[in-house]
Amino acid sequence: MLRLFEVIGKRLLLGFVTLFIVSLLIFSAISLLPGDFAQAVLGQSATEDTLAAFRAGLGLDKPLIQRYFDWIVGVMRGDFGSSFSGRNSSGFDLSRPVLEIMAPKLRNTVFLALVTAVIAVPLALILGLLTALFRNSIFDRSANGLTLTTISAPEFFLAYILIIGFGGLLPTIANVKPDMGLFERLRLVALPTITLTLVIVAHMMRMTRAAIINLLASPYIEMARLSGASQTEIIFRHALPNAWAPIATVIAFNLAYLVVGVVVVEVVFTYEGIGKLMVDSVGSRDIPVVQACALIFAATYILLNLLADLIGIFTNPRLLHPR
Amino acid sequence: MSEATKTPSPLLLDMKNICIEGFADERWHPIIKGVDLQLNRGEVLGLIGESGAGKSTLGKAAMGYTQPGCRITQGEVWFDGQDLAQAKTREKRAIWGTRISYVAQSAAASFNPAHRLIDQTIRASKRLSDRNEAELRRDAIELFDALNLPEPETIGQRYPHQVSGGQLQRVMTAMAMSSLPDLIIFDEPTTALDVTTQVEVLASIRNIVSQFNTAAIYITHDLAVVAQMADRIKVLRYGEEVEQADTRTMLSDPKQDYTKSLWSVRSLEKPGHASDDVLLAIENIDAAYGTAKVLHDVSIKLPRGRTVAVVGESGSGKSTAARVITGLLPQSKGSVTFDGQALPPKLSNRSKEQLRRIQMIYQMADTAMNPRQTVGQIIGRPLEFYLGLRGKEQERRVIELLEMIELDASFYDRLPDELSGGQKQRICIARALAAEPDIIICDEVTSALDQIVQEGILNLLQRLQNEFGIAYLFITHDIATVRAISDEIVVMWQGKVVEQGMKNEILSPPHPAYSELLLSSVPEMNPDWLDTLLTRREAGGEGVIKAQD
Repeated sequence: MLRLFEVIGKRLLLGFVTLFIVSLLIFSAISLLPGDFAQAVLGQSATEDTLAAFRAGLGLDKPLIQRYFDWIVGVMRGDFGSSFSGRNSSGFDLSRPVLEIMAPKLRNTVFLALVTAVIAVPLALILGLLTALFRNSIFDRSANGLTLTTISAPEFFLAYILIIGFGGLLPTIANVKPDMGLFERLRLVALPTITLTLVIVAHMMRMTRAAIINLLASPYIEMARLSGASQTEIIFRHALPNAWAPIATVIAFNLAYLVVGVVVVEVVFTYEGIGKLMVDSVGSRDIPVVQACALIFAATYILLNLLADLIGIFTNPRLLHPR
Repeated sequence: MSEATKTPSPLLLDMKNICIEGFADERWHPIIKGVDLQLNRGEVLGLIGESGAGKSTLGKAAMGYTQPGCRITQGEVWFDGQDLAQAKTREKRAIWGTRISYVAQSAAASFNPAHRLIDQTIRASKRLSDRNEAELRRDAIELFDALNLPEPETIGQRYPHQVSGGQLQRVMTAMAMSSLPDLIIFDEPTTALDVTTQVEVLASIRNIVSQFNTAAIYITHDLAVVAQMADRIKVLRYGEEVEQADTRTMLSDPKQDYTKSLWSVRSLEKPGHASDDVLLAIENIDAAYGTAKVLHDVSIKLPRGRTVAVVGESGSGKSTAARVITGLLPQSKGSVTFDGQALPPKLSNRSKEQLRRIQMIYQMADTAMNPRQTVGQIIGRPLEFYLGLRGKEQERRVIELLEMIELDASFYDRLPDELSGGQKQRICIARALAAEPDIIICDEVTSALDQIVQEGILNLLQRLQNEFGIAYLFITHDIATVRAISDEIVVMWQGKVVEQGMKNEILSPPHPAYSELLLSSVPEMNPDWLDTLLTRREAGGEGVIKAQD
């Protein structure tokens, strides 16, 4: 048991180290972005003095290293700083904290991701198990063909097809408001959810199928068969318990994608999510928001992969019950 | 009851004219070509033959099972009034694991790593309606005890990776016995075990089979093992029956030439010759993988033009010693002296000449050759690297070498995949020979081969030694091979040398305790060998069987 905690502790520590390195990368990458926020706001006619004063007001005149430390220390306290937008040459500061801008969008993205995950993950697992169970049957081939088609088509294309097909039945603009009820929200995100499900199911399903089929060739499966186990028992009792590690990894990967990679779907359905926020902020050179979004994306990836690793450990009797 | 109780027919299993095909290279090939097999209740039938003879396929067919990619095309499998060749999968499942059980070759791979041993042991018998789970668990513990497993009460709570290979093999026997079946198929159950462990498993299996009067089909390629286990022996070759007879008749009076040739391999023997001309000496060697120390103060001497056999169980450090000599694993202490000169521990510090003079042949000829190179390229490479031979000259020498190993020029352009196991090992020998070495280290070179092929390889090696005076360091766990080839013997155990000496001295008593245990555990063709051994050990005269291995 002690060894197990050691493993978990090590993974957590590694996660934090990774996040730290990523924060460095994010910060330096964004500093390399072309364009200057002061110039963008004040226009070409601004004098050098006004530009300098404006930069000083935002702290952009400080050395890069100090700016990084100011930022990262703030982040550790839960303060992502203030947005650049809302500031102008008039001297009035109408800017809002990054967190305040980000929170509702993040909530929307997580909501869409959760709804999609609740549908897509069980669907993919069930399809994966069934296709493994009825390998090479017509069902297997059509399920594989269909999911491959949906994963091969670009997301926006799928989205538009769905809009054309179901536009009459379901709302095509997912403009959710904070005060909406759950049912109304669900109705609005129906089409984005279906689009995302179609995009991620294939990968998870095929991985589940491959993991199970791979195990079906092992001697202990033949042994189980020769002790009279039925095909269902073989898949669920004998193969599946040994297949969780690869399945968890691919699920984690796809869930992370639901948070990090949904910007196209958000734009098509004008859904106010964090992907859209980040793209908009890059356009307006709103550096604090871009940094915060990037950091959240990185944390999502790291956290989900950590979870997958832990599932891999907890389902491996060699680690759980050392000699 | 006025009605006289019917005595059940003694015939339990009746396989008639079984034909099985396997699918490969886009077509169906015959694997079993019309074999009959009868088995009475409580009888043990030994099924022997070389690899590829169809033993396992026939054994599984006795359950009405064929591996994926195989099919029964003809014949009947009558088991207690039911034709399993025609039965539906559902009907067969009702019999598998309850009335017929199967014990696989590699226990380590045949247990599900995710479940506890006890749960796997009683998995199949739980389906029997007249047994409840608590009772089955109790019975399983009794079986563990009967099979001499340590801590029978608690061993079932462990996972497969937590017990040793020999223990797993016994748990698998308990699993097969749990439902008190009428028939058990043992598919090479001790092949993967060391001889010292094998004895215990064999004794356990035999006791339990006779205790419950279970019929069994015992599949093996080891004649001495089958002699201990079977009432009757059936010999298979190329999917056909060669002959069958009861064990004693078969051993003393085999009818067919093929069977006789199987028997004769074991009698290969040569007198050991002494020599004081030491070519290679390793002295007081310590070596470790990382922090795990594997060799402790090992010293071995190899005389010029002689064969020293290094014997011991897996994990005894035999192969590690070879890695130290070849420089693959630099020693942490001690020295390697070759022809009067100290060899640098690290491979990279040795001269080309030093490398040339020590060559190696491996157990798996398959993986020791590049599958994309032709035989000509494989043998040509050391000719070019060590001796600078190129072009026509190289080709001529390769063909010379091919003739030396009793193959011919037609092999020059072939790929390894097109060769048989024995031919592949010959190519590896030719490759080692090409460097014109003084020493060839042979690491279990005959272990993966069938007995007849083994004999050919051993004869070839001996001939090459007589002609070219090459010294062999022959690593093996098989005592019959040792008898056939060695002049001197080194016995290793847990990384230490137990003894070294002339073959005749080592093989004749008195022995140190471990050598005694090792040597006495090697099965002999005499069908009474196991009984005699067990009686002797029980009397406490020598090496008591350890419950834990």
